[in-house]
Amino acid sequence: MKNLLGFVKKEFFHIFRDYRTLLILFGMPVVQLLVFGFALTNDIKNARIAILDHSKDNITSKLTQKILSSGYFILAQNLDSEAGIEDAFKQGNIKQVLIFEADFAEKIEREGTASMQILADASDPNVAKILTNYTTAIVSDFQRELLADKKLPIEVKTEVRMLYNAEMKSVFMFVPGVITVLLLLISAMMTSISIAREKEMGTMEVLLVSPLKPIQIIIGKVVPYVLLAFVIALVILILGYFVFGVPIRGSLILLLGYSLVYILLSLSLGIFISSVVESQQVAMLISMVALMLPTILLSGFIFPIENMPWPLQWLANVIPAKWFIIVMRGVMLKGIGVQILWKETLILFGMIAFFIALSVRKFKIRLQ
Amino acid sequence: MNPISVHHLSKSYGNTKALNSVTFEVNEGEIFGLIGPDGAGKTTLFRLLVTLLLPDCGSAQVLGFDCVKDYKKIRKSVGYMPGRFSLYPDLSVEENLSFFATIFNTTISENYSLIEDIYKQIEPFKARPAGKLSGGMKQKLALCCALIHKPDVLFLDEPTTGVDAVSRKEFWEMLRRIKAQGITIFVSTPYMDEASLCDRVGLMQGGNILSIDTPENIIRKFPHRLLAVRSAETFRLIGDLRECDKINTVYPFGDFLHITPKSPDCDIPEIKDYLEKKAHQHIKISEISANIEDCFMDLMVGQNEEKH
Repeated sequence: MKNLLGFVKKEFFHIFRDYRTLLILFGMPVVQLLVFGFALTNDIKNARIAILDHSKDNITSKLTQKILSSGYFILAQNLDSEAGIEDAFKQGNIKQVLIFEADFAEKIEREGTASMQILADASDPNVAKILTNYTTAIVSDFQRELLADKKLPIEVKTEVRMLYNAEMKSVFMFVPGVITVLLLLISAMMTSISIAREKEMGTMEVLLVSPLKPIQIIIGKVVPYVLLAFVIALVILILGYFVFGVPIRGSLILLLGYSLVYILLSLSLGIFISSVVESQQVAMLISMVALMLPTILLSGFIFPIENMPWPLQWLANVIPAKWFIIVMRGVMLKGIGVQILWKETLILFGMIAFFIALSVRKFKIRLQ
Repeated sequence: MNPISVHHLSKSYGNTKALNSVTFEVNEGEIFGLIGPDGAGKTTLFRLLVTLLLPDCGSAQVLGFDCVKDYKKIRKSVGYMPGRFSLYPDLSVEENLSFFATIFNTTISENYSLIEDIYKQIEPFKARPAGKLSGGMKQKLALCCALIHKPDVLFLDEPTTGVDAVSRKEFWEMLRRIKAQGITIFVSTPYMDEASLCDRVGLMQGGNILSIDTPENIIRKFPHRLLAVRSAETFRLIGDLRECDKINTVYPFGDFLHITPKSPDCDIPEIKDYLEKKAHQHIKISEISANIEDCFMDLMVGQNEEKH
């Protein structure tokens, strides 16, 4: 036991002496969270649009007013003719052009129908789609206002409420996502690199020719990173809670417990990687390519798994991050507990057992 | 029971035979030197003995424990210093030492008397990161770390490679003192001049042990007459002597060439005449006794002839 403590102490020396890595480890979550939280949002505000109004009557100006006051759009340009549309788009700073046909108000009076056209810059399809949705929603709302005094023959009213994230803030999704990615990165990559470093520097040779057991070497390597990763998880949660107002609706203890489970899982992955590689660079490459990419792409952090073709959906099942994200969102946003998340919990524990067993078996007690 | 005994030990890496059926014994309390050039198989032999590699065939016992089956027991009771620097460069001298003491379940103070002589020399730098020590001091620290748990056998793989001449001399003096404490030392070196500092040496080449004996006996067993020759033009001298039909081998040694005449009754004036005819100046020829390197060269030639 004493020699294990000595090993852990040595590991902490390594971590704290390498202050650059430490700075990156603590700087990265903060920066990533700020970037994801503030910059990378799916919500679009203040999109610049142009309006070509052939009618210029009281109804079109009311509608224009309504659209512009929604907060989603800024009027960048008033166009005089169709000829200007192409140029406006090509200059690139206009996302959408609205065209009202001539005699808009009159047609509505007399025929009960008038048309407007929405042209969107679909070189970014997501933005185009979101903006046109916003516009049609505002227009149909406007339509109802016009009809306020008249009665429609039949009407289905829809009332939408966004549960668990009423304002549809993207950061609610990113906080669990960033925790997932970073814990994996820190735990798996740092342990695999630190074991590979011992091999590379030849110190593993000396460690092997000592009474230390393989399991002691593994535990000695893992303990410091468990603590480090746990502190980083706390930093992200605190930042999410106080800066972005991401709620923690479920039990905080449960949330931290799940984080610990996930950290252990990532560490066991890291140990497994290090047992098959010989150098730090290969360890880093494998952690990056084989762990990071699937975690970001297939965990449901950014792209919904339900939209993927079935082979990828199937593949996503073996990615630990997928299950952890489900758990995190469940506990943080929905406030649910183990009684609902028992399946995910079991899967996470199963994965830990699998990888620890595998890496203890794979740990080489000799040089070959 | 001898602390190290090796029987027909072989090891190959792919098609390369690193160790070819090696057999020898190391006696209790001696300094046994394994001497041979790079690639002779010294490191492989070390790694087999400290249980880091598995042999292809043959067996080895360290302190009576089998290197394959009882590897855990061997790991507890030997000290091992690998060929390249294997300490933590970001840990200080003292931290390195106390780390290695802890993993062997001991403390610095418990065995301080054993390392005192050596550690005193690096103690002024005990707060310095090990990576920033000079080559000689790194070796001293590594030796302390290998000794701190009072091993019964000490394995030192090329401890003096890359260390300056003064530090090398000091290092061997330390080994003498460690030996005096009753620890058996198994050491390897590519430097032939260090052979005389061992109690017994094994000359190694191409995975074979050519000869095992005390350094004095190895020299005594040198079967030829040996002459040292020099002239003003060393390079031309080599060529001319190699062409001479009275001479068997010619090897350069510093300023001199060591030559072995073909027949024992070949005399010095005869060779001098031959060289004067070839217009060499300042010729000096003298009878000398062999050193370890001469013996090694001779044994190597013998082995190569056996092969062909």
